[in-house]
Amino acid sequence: MKISFIINGKNETLEVDGNTPLLWAIRDVLDLKGTKFGCGKAACGACTIHVDGQQVRSCSYPVKYAEGKKITTIEGLSNGSELHAVQQAWEEFVVPQCGYCQPGFIMSTAALLKQIPNPTDEDIDNAIINVCRCGTYYRMRKAIHRAAEIQAEFISSSSVNADK
Amino acid sequence: MKKSIFSLLAVLISLLAFSISMPPDLSEGQKSELKTSPQDSSNEAFDKMMQVLMHQRCVNCHPAGDVPIKGEDSHVTRSLGISGGEKGHGLKSINCQTCHTDENNDFSGVPGAPHWALAPKSMAWEGKTRVEIATQMMDPKLNGGRSAKEIMEHLTEHELVLWAWDPGVDAEGTPRETPPVSKDEYIAAVKEWINKGAIIPNK
Repeated sequence: MKISFIINGKNETLEVDGNTPLLWAIRDVLDLKGTKFGCGKAACGACTIHVDGQQVRSCSYPVKYAEGKKITTIEGLSNGSELHAVQQAWEEFVVPQCGYCQPGFIMSTAALLKQIPNPTDEDIDNAIINVCRCGTYYRMRKAIHRAAEIQAEFISSSSVNADK
Repeated sequence: MKKSIFSLLAVLISLLAFSISMPPDLSEGQKSELKTSPQDSSNEAFDKMMQVLMHQRCVNCHPAGDVPIKGEDSHVTRSLGISGGEKGHGLKSINCQTCHTDENNDFSGVPGAPHWALAPKSMAWEGKTRVEIATQMMDPKLNGGRSAKEIMEHLTEHELVLWAWDPGVDAEGTPRETPPVSKDEYIAAVKEWINKGAIIPNK
């Protein structure tokens, strides 16, 4: 069946079985390899992307559900000229070790900050439940708090510029 | 003489006892009515309904805490770390629909149905007896203000409830267990029990 959606700002139409996991369509058909396959059963979060602004585990999301929606993967998280606040913080704290699970963590964190701009440790514990085999959780926690600061600074400077 | 009086008394007592234990002479219709009196058939319907409601396909969505329980053994997958939150729909940034859609996913083994969510905490069933569950289920203060008719609709028409008979396969491709009573029998039992006054037996 034909499925059309906007991914990272670009219109795409695919001819695929509607039950194909969106992850497979993204990686194998659209050749966007940033989103990773981890457990394949929506448990580890390596395949996390955003669909209409909500995070979903794309290994368990049939591509037919994406019809007409806006998808963002790790490749489309930044605005093109500047890294997303979460990516900046990740870089600042050198969070990744092997790096495999990190796109999923970054996408989950971006979704968290959209809902809770200044998360507490408890918010982080509740919402960031992806799995990292390298155990980079400690650095991630610091980076999430830092990302919240960067985001707040950006919002504050944007509103100052808008007032000028 | 005394001996014969005692023998006569013994015979009379036996006859009396026999006549008491014999059922009255009833027509076939009356006999069948006796076997399934309204109370009996209501209890029978209750038994059938509760066999389903106490099955893990139902109880797993009505956990005692706010963490989903899974599988035929109603276990908690701690590595998932997921919480149903205040209303059972998950948290702001990560909710049930992060992983579950409106249908079962045979690729990942993740189950799905419309309105996938945990029941609110006031409707927790895990660890309760069938009488406690039924009492709580029919109490508007604990069942979301539903009338008996609305409870009947929830139990017999709601897609998430009826998913119990179409639970899909797990991540290994093994079909999930369905409740021990067929869907049609269950629906008929719920309607009969509620239509007969939703009488909850003592145990």
